[in-house]
Parts: sequence; structure tokens; C-alpha cells
Amino acid sequence: MNGDPLYLDGVDLGDLGVMALKVVIAFVFLLVATMFMVWFERKLISDMQNRIGPNVAGPWGLLQTFADGVKFFFKEDLRPENADPLVFRLAPYISAVTAFLSFAVVPIGGSFGDGSSGTVTIFGRETFLQVADPPIGILLLLAMSSIAVYGVMLAGWASGSKYPLIGSVRASAQAISYEAALGMATVVVVVLAGTLSTHGIVEAQAGGITRWFVVSSGIVPFIVFLIAATAELNRPPFDLVEAEQELVGGFHTEYSSIRFALFFLAEFMNVITMSAIMVTLFFGGPAGPIFFGMTWFWPTIWFLLKVLAFLFVFVWFRATLPRLRYDQLMHLGWKVLIPLILFWLMFISLKELRAAYDWNWVATYGAALIALLAGTALLVAGLRAGDRAYEDEMEDV
Amino acid sequence: MVDPIVFFIASAICLTGAFGVILARNPVHSALMLVMTLFGIAVQFVAQEAHFLAAVQVIVYAGAIVVLFLFVIMLLGVDKAQNLELSILPVQRWAALTFGAGSLAVLTAFIVNVREPVTGAESVGGIATGSENVRLLARSLFSDYVYAFELTSLLLVIAVIGAVVLARKPKDTEMVSSDSERSI
Repeated sequence: MNGDPLYLDGVDLGDLGVMALKVVIAFVFLLVATMFMVWFERKLISDMQNRIGPNVAGPWGLLQTFADGVKFFFKEDLRPENADPLVFRLAPYISAVTAFLSFAVVPIGGSFGDGSSGTVTIFGRETFLQVADPPIGILLLLAMSSIAVYGVMLAGWASGSKYPLIGSVRASAQAISYEAALGMATVVVVVLAGTLSTHGIVEAQAGGITRWFVVSSGIVPFIVFLIAATAELNRPPFDLVEAEQELVGGFHTEYSSIRFALFFLAEFMNVITMSAIMVTLFFGGPAGPIFFGMTWFWPTIWFLLKVLAFLFVFVWFRATLPRLRYDQLMHLGWKVLIPLILFWLMFISLKELRAAYDWNWVATYGAALIALLAGTALLVAGLRAGDRAYEDEMEDV
Repeated sequence: MVDPIVFFIASAICLTGAFGVILARNPVHSALMLVMTLFGIAVQFVAQEAHFLAAVQVIVYAGAIVVLFLFVIMLLGVDKAQNLELSILPVQRWAALTFGAGSLAVLTAFIVNVREPVTGAESVGGIATGSENVRLLARSLFSDYVYAFELTSLLLVIAVIGAVVLARKPKDTEMVSSDSERSI
């Protein structure tokens, strides 16, 4: 656990070159992937809705996003009279930059297990296939997702208009509510892996599907993470932020031209990053069978395939699930997901502790069961009391 | 050893942000300047190999507390320049001035009097880098300082419950207020 071997023996110009190469590759990869993600989503949804979808620009409409991007560049950049000039211009960049930064910690290749620790050799230098492997690893993702809230929030406020403001207030409430569940689902993985580093987390999952955290943590943290991530991304069915039927376009109503394009880019880039993070945390990252030769090639292919599967799931959600009402959103976040993942976190920690200190089976799990029953009883009593108070209030009104 | 260039750039960011907080006319701008200061401090933490503290700084302070500030500013619609002449407590301004000058004097005296600015004293966790950093921090939090830690969390729970109790208006006053609203 010494971090990237690239920096072990000091940093020379060649190391910097490799670093720059990795940054450029990650940047280009994300941009191109985003472009095709937009096409993929539109095409897939049109298939699910019995439409044709984009089919004019390029073969199968592949270049549609590119055409849209060029169009955005040449449109007039409007700024409402009431807008706060500085913050209005700042907000899209916050969204785009945080979307890029979170991807930096994702390991996109390298074979793990069987003595190899996920390094590849580029120009005679051993390194990890990820832009950075900071010791805080996965915390960087949480930090970036909490900074990303600023983009949406400030965009809505700085527009100086009511619909964006409502959209951004909803967005920040939603993000704060679901960040807790997202963070705790991540903590379950961290407890199992014993490290915060994304590289270490992937390493801990090496050696077969049963060691992937989606299996060994029980499936619950993954489901909670998936739901919370969808909410965090403001994707349907949690897209109240830009609910077009009631809020025009939500926080980006007043944005046009390239600034709108930045929001659009950030949104789709975040979908890709979140899928990559889920693959890293729960599905062994680039783990998969290596068939012949080229040990560096197969892991990246497996990684991309897994990410693609999640991208499909996100599009599928959008095509099939109706949007939640605001109170349902809060109900799901605070009264279902958080208690559930809190219990699961305690349970997994207890399981680890029992294994580490060789505690008595019956005593450990008996105590856990009693705690679970007491906790559930308290929670149910609390929820009932809350509902009763709410009904009383409604009657008084 | 902290790289002097990193230190001075981060300090400049911190100070600019800090001045911005008090000089900006608009509360939202002030809050954003506060975020800038917090980021500067996070960079200082990273420069001292305290990666975990840097992450916590960004997640908790910049990501949660200032977002909450902004949330309140937006919800209450106080995002206009406040009239500074309208002071509720006249003593307040003088008290703030006295305490501010006092702390500045104490700090200056402290910095001037310290002969060796780099003490070389180790933190509770000792010097450690990488993921060990997190481990040592956790170990000292949950062993030597466990009472302080638990008492702090208890304090937070009390604060939450207090806030809920205060936010729930008693039934009688609510009736009165809704009556008066109806009469309007």
C-alpha cells in the first residue's frame, strides 16, 4: 500500500510525461465517452419508446452529439438582466470541473491478484492505470460530489429567476439528503476493504466473483448506493431538479449556448463517473478473466463492459420509472435508505469484529438481533408519531 | 516539510477568501469566499501530509456547512445587501472591535515571541503518511480520546433535538397565527 510506484524513486521528467499522458487520456476518454453516452441514451430511449431517434448526422446518427456541440458553440450566450454576473458565469465551470476530477481516482485497468498488483508499464515505467491514487481515494469522490452541489445551487440562484431558484433549492435539499446514504454505503465497502484508496479497494476484490463487494457485503449496500447515486446525479426518477413539466428546465432554465453545454456535459460525465465508481466499489473494477497474451488489454475491456452495463441501467431507469413526488423523495431518502444502510453498516462492522476477535457466535448475533428489533420498534414508533402529528396539523388547517 | 511556494500560494488564497467574507456586500458572495478560504486550508493540510483532514475539510465544511448557509440565505431571501445602520445591539459593534483587536494582539505577540517557528512536535498519531494516516487518527479517536469524541457526538444530537423542538411551534400559538393570517 505505497501508492503509485511511479513516484517511489523521486519524480523526473519522464514520470511527469507519463502523468501528463494519463491525464490527457482520461480527459479525452471522458469527453468522447460522454459524446457517445448522449447518443447511446437517445438511441436506447427511442428504441424503448418505439421511435427511431437520431439518425441523420453520421451513420446511425452517431455524430448527432458532435453536431449539437458545434451548434452550442455558435449560439448567442444570453445572460438575464437580474443575473449575478460573476456567479452566473462561475457555476457551469464548477459543475464541469468536479465531474472531471472525480474520474481521476478510478482505476480503469491493470490485472489484480495472482501476485500482480494492478501495475502496467508505460515507456519502461511501472504505474497504476488511474490518474491518481491519493491515500484518501474514495473520499475524493465524496468531496467532489458535495462540491458539485454548488454548481447547481449557484446556477439557480444567480439566474435571478424563480424557476431556476426553486430547482436549485430542490437540488441542494436532495443532494444533502442522499449524500448521507451514499457515503454510508461507501463506508461499508471501506470497512470490508480496510482502505480508502480506490486501488486498494479493487485489490481487495481480486480473485473471483465471490470476493466482489456486491456479493461479500450482501447486496444491500449496492442497491442503496445505486438509488442514492441516481438521486445524486439528478437522473430520473429523481429528476425533480429539472422537472420540465413544472419548472421549465430547473436550474439551467436561463442558461444558453456553451454554458448550457457545460452543464449538459457535466451531467452525462457524472453518469459515466458514477457508473465507473460503482464498478470499482462493488464489481471488482477491471477484474475479469484474461484469455490470452496482453494482460493489460483484457482488464480495461472488462472495465468498459461493466461501465456500459451500468450506463444501460441508468437509461433504462429513465425510460421506465415515473418521477417521484417531493415528499416521496424525502421519505425514501430519510426514512428508508438511511436507517437501512445504517443498520447494514453496523451489521457488517460487527461481522468483521467478530471474525477478528473470535467472539461467540450466539452472543454476537443475539445482541445484534435484539438491537435490530429495538431499533426497528423505535423507528416505527417515531414514524407513526410523525404521521399522526402531520394528520393533526392537516385537520387543524 | 512544507514547500514554501505551496504554503504562500495557499495562504494568499486563505487570506483573500477571509477578507472577501467580510468585505463582500452580498451574503452569497461572502459564503463563496468562505469556501475559498476552506479550500486554501485544505491545501495546507495536504501539504502537511494530513490527507484525511483535507478531505474532511472539503466534505464537511465546504460540502455541507456552507451549502447549508447558502440554503438558508436562499430560502430566507436575505441575499440583498443589508443595511448596516440598522443595528439591533449597539454594544455589539464595540464588543466585536475590542475582541478582534485583542485576539489580533495576542496572536501577534505569540508569533513575535516564538523563537523557533517550526517546533518539530509530532501530532498525536505520530508522523505517518498514506493510509496509515487514517488508521492512526481513527485509533487515537476511538481509544485515548473516545470520551471527548462521544461527548461531542452527544452534543450534536442534543443540538439536533433542540433545533427540532424549537422549530415545532406549540399548538396554541399556531392557532393564533393562522387566525391572524385569516383575518388579514
